[in-house]
Amino acid sequence: MINSVDLARTARLHAVKMVHRAKASHIGSALSMIDILAVLYSGILDTQPGRDDRDRIIVSKGHAAVGLYAILAETGFFPVEELDSYGQPGSRLLGHVSHHVPGVEVSTGSLGHGMPIACGLALAIKQCVVCIVGDGELNEGTTWESALFAGKHSLTNLTVIVDHNRLQGYGDVDEILGLGSISKKFAQFGWSTVEIDGHNHDQIRNALATNQTRPNLIIAHTVKGKGVDFMEGSLDWHYKSPNTEELANACRQLEAA
Amino acid sequence: MRDALIQAVIEVAKTDDRIWLLTGDLGYSVLEPLRDAIGCRFINAGIAEQNMTGVAAGLALAGKIVFTYSIANFPTLRCLEQIRNDVCYHNLPVKIVAVGGGLAYGSLGYTHHAVEDIAIMRSLPNMTVLAPGDPNEAKSCLRHAINCPGPTYVRLGKAGEQAIHSSIPDRIDTPIEVLSGRDITVLATGGGLSVAFQACKKLTAEGVSPRLLSVPCLHPIDLTGLCGPIVTVEDHGIGGLGSIVAEHVALTHVDAIVKCVRLHGTPTSLTGSMSQLQNAGGLSEETVIAAVNGLLSRRKYLNVA
Repeated sequence: MINSVDLARTARLHAVKMVHRAKASHIGSALSMIDILAVLYSGILDTQPGRDDRDRIIVSKGHAAVGLYAILAETGFFPVEELDSYGQPGSRLLGHVSHHVPGVEVSTGSLGHGMPIACGLALAIKQCVVCIVGDGELNEGTTWESALFAGKHSLTNLTVIVDHNRLQGYGDVDEILGLGSISKKFAQFGWSTVEIDGHNHDQIRNALATNQTRPNLIIAHTVKGKGVDFMEGSLDWHYKSPNTEELANACRQLEAA
Repeated sequence: MRDALIQAVIEVAKTDDRIWLLTGDLGYSVLEPLRDAIGCRFINAGIAEQNMTGVAAGLALAGKIVFTYSIANFPTLRCLEQIRNDVCYHNLPVKIVAVGGGLAYGSLGYTHHAVEDIAIMRSLPNMTVLAPGDPNEAKSCLRHAINCPGPTYVRLGKAGEQAIHSSIPDRIDTPIEVLSGRDITVLATGGGLSVAFQACKKLTAEGVSPRLLSVPCLHPIDLTGLCGPIVTVEDHGIGGLGSIVAEHVALTHVDAIVKCVRLHGTPTSLTGSMSQLQNAGGLSEETVIAAVNGLLSRRKYLNVA
């Protein structure tokens, strides 16, 4: 079993360096999701590539690709050195999650595509299917189409984790298209729901370990930009890329964590 | 055509448990025998085509061959991005079946007229586009769709179409000769086939010798050897068979001249049967005959065969 806390710290460091080098966006979204990924890839699921009976993880919030790439490289899906190619011409490490990268099940980037695909996989296989979505992404109509579908078909091997960092394109998710109680909505669609601290690895692990009798929704309360104080809770870091000074500051904080 | 295809799916699905079918809550009184034959591999996904297509992609990722079924533009345009990203980009064996291609739904109105679908579907990566012109072609298209490793779009008419072929064509991946002739080549697809067939019979009676080819497989397509005066006939607007043939001529520099008989593209706002609306939209035996005679009269001025 990999130490998920160490994995998350290392992945965060990779992620900030990657977006700095590539002058890329979405670092805040990657940092809010990394603890969830670190737990998922620490050994509690069997994600060994090439095996038909592997568990499947779909990252539907494809813009947070650097977080996933860093985790996949650190857990042996491809060489860590390849992370340096992120955003460089000819690299397969695209700005949105690409299935041409080893370990990636599905390409995403246009929001609202992960959950329906996860439903199809969960129907077809007995293994666990985990799908990570953003809270802004829940605006998409497919969220609710697939939520109905999963409830109707009692997809007990399906877990959807909402990275609930409360910020989307223009700001607060409650102000842009208020969701009300995500938990109550999904419960009415026939899901079991649980709310956790999305940066607490024990809570993430426990939420995943539940014996499911229904499709499982984990609402992970997270902080956008988690781990770097000047990025935390700031919409700017959905778009900005850290300059040299900001990168050095971010790395100092992450190394000390 | 629809019933021929459903029967063919039943026959294959009985022995091939990779085959699933998802419907967007359509096919009432049509799909029941299929449901009874394949049990839980038949799913009514509800009136939610985007989810249906994403679910199909997920099933296909796990090794299934998945049909999605609905009418008109619902399984194509309504969920176009799911087809593009989830199905085509991942090159998955999802077989999209739309009943009511062209103007088959006549009086139901423009919302139910699939007249841009071929253009849009053939522009997607890895997609095979099939538009059978009679029930025998529909059965052959089903076989072809299942044998295609990737995404496939099968555009059907409705029911009760005239059989043009006396038996099921062995292959549909290249144009099929329906009538031999020496003066001009008429290419037809989908609901255009029966119109072209009747027009060619009249032309023959008038002393013209048209060669009629049916084109159930529109993409990918091999038009090697096609040259001379050509008339295309289809129940579709721009971007369909006429555009495909014009692209072929432009890209290969063959000696050919093309006249397209197709729907003019203005959404109809009037009630009418399929053939009435086809006539109003520019697709009729008369327009085919006029196109053929027009090209033949110009041929003496042109350096073509």
